[in-house]
Amino acid sequence: MEYISSLFLILLSSILVNNFIMSRFLGICPFLGVSKQVSTAVGMGAAVTFVMAMASVITYLAYYFILEPLNMEYMQTLAFILIIAALVQFIEMVIQKMSPSLYQALGVYLPLITTNCAVLGVAILNIEEKYDLLQTLVNGVSGALGFTLAIVLFAGIRERLELADIPEPLKGFPLAMITAGLMSVAFLGFQGLIK
Amino acid sequence: MKTKNILMNGILNENPTFRLVLGMCPTLAVSTAAINGIAMGLAVIFVLAASNLVISLLRNFISDKIRIPAFVVIIAAFVTIAGMLMEAFVPALFDALGLYIPLIVVNCIILARAEAFAFKNKPFYSFMDGIGMGIGFTLALTLLGSIREILGAGSLFGISLFGQGFEPAIIMILPPGAFFTLGLILALINKVDQKQKKKSVEQA
Repeated sequence: MEYISSLFLILLSSILVNNFIMSRFLGICPFLGVSKQVSTAVGMGAAVTFVMAMASVITYLAYYFILEPLNMEYMQTLAFILIIAALVQFIEMVIQKMSPSLYQALGVYLPLITTNCAVLGVAILNIEEKYDLLQTLVNGVSGALGFTLAIVLFAGIRERLELADIPEPLKGFPLAMITAGLMSVAFLGFQGLIK
Repeated sequence: MKTKNILMNGILNENPTFRLVLGMCPTLAVSTAAINGIAMGLAVIFVLAASNLVISLLRNFISDKIRIPAFVVIIAAFVTIAGMLMEAFVPALFDALGLYIPLIVVNCIILARAEAFAFKNKPFYSFMDGIGMGIGFTLALTLLGSIREILGAGSLFGISLFGQGFEPAIIMILPPGAFFTLGLILALINKVDQKQKKKSVEQA
């Protein structure tokens, strides 16, 4: 029972309290770059969720079954980034063969994910927090769901802002930053959920 | 002369944070205090200069098709070295920056400079480009960190500025403060830019 509640705690913490974008600042580049429309934001979120879940599990296996027995923990960064790059490429090829329609929908976003620091970030966090395999998977998926939640909400706000009358110097990145700041204030409200 | 131009290019004209808006994750995350900004900046200068130099030296041996994986491996090697050095000599800062040290690997500035500059230019110029870009990044981070530290903690580099009576605006060192500060700085730069453009149009 205690184990199940620990999983639930990870879920809640990664989606709301320690939201990857709003409080950990991971994955800001796609967050600012691919958030002009809700539909593309949803596509990016789906692609990231898929990759983060896979990457969490595979980096976990690589760390505990390859790096640790060989006492090569210091190679962590190098190994993880190569695994993620290869994984993204592999997933892209598989989706292209298996489901061309999904490939069409996600296509553009997949290669971008290699440089999404949320993916490498979650892999390193999983090791640092000493999660087991199931906790790692839950953390990866819920972190990605938190990312999706933030990017979709943000895209919704930006769609509205397109039509607003904005002072010239604030157009583009400055206003996006301030909008993100206000969203981040809202996410601070979840801080009390977990001790 | 050319060396100076390359250096200044990274610091002012193409400042990675304020002009290119690259590498946002570490910028926003570690700028809670001025000292963190400097530490992160120094780590990035080291990685950027070293990886630019090595990539430039190897540019005739790396085939075009596999250049991105090759860049990533070179960058990751230097990031690991930087992390180990920091852990050994400045453990307090290493703990403060934590997760964001290994994440220098995916900092878009470094990959962008490897692709846009080091792969096409001579080693010495690439090295200087790395130094210039790194200094630009460091200055931006330190500026952000100073503003946030002064407003959010009432101190600068850990030295209290206003004494007991000052009530710091804690929100500035919390995540929202990072977004607000950077947004306002970017707006200010745009404003100055537009004024200059208007001036040059009027003169012409």
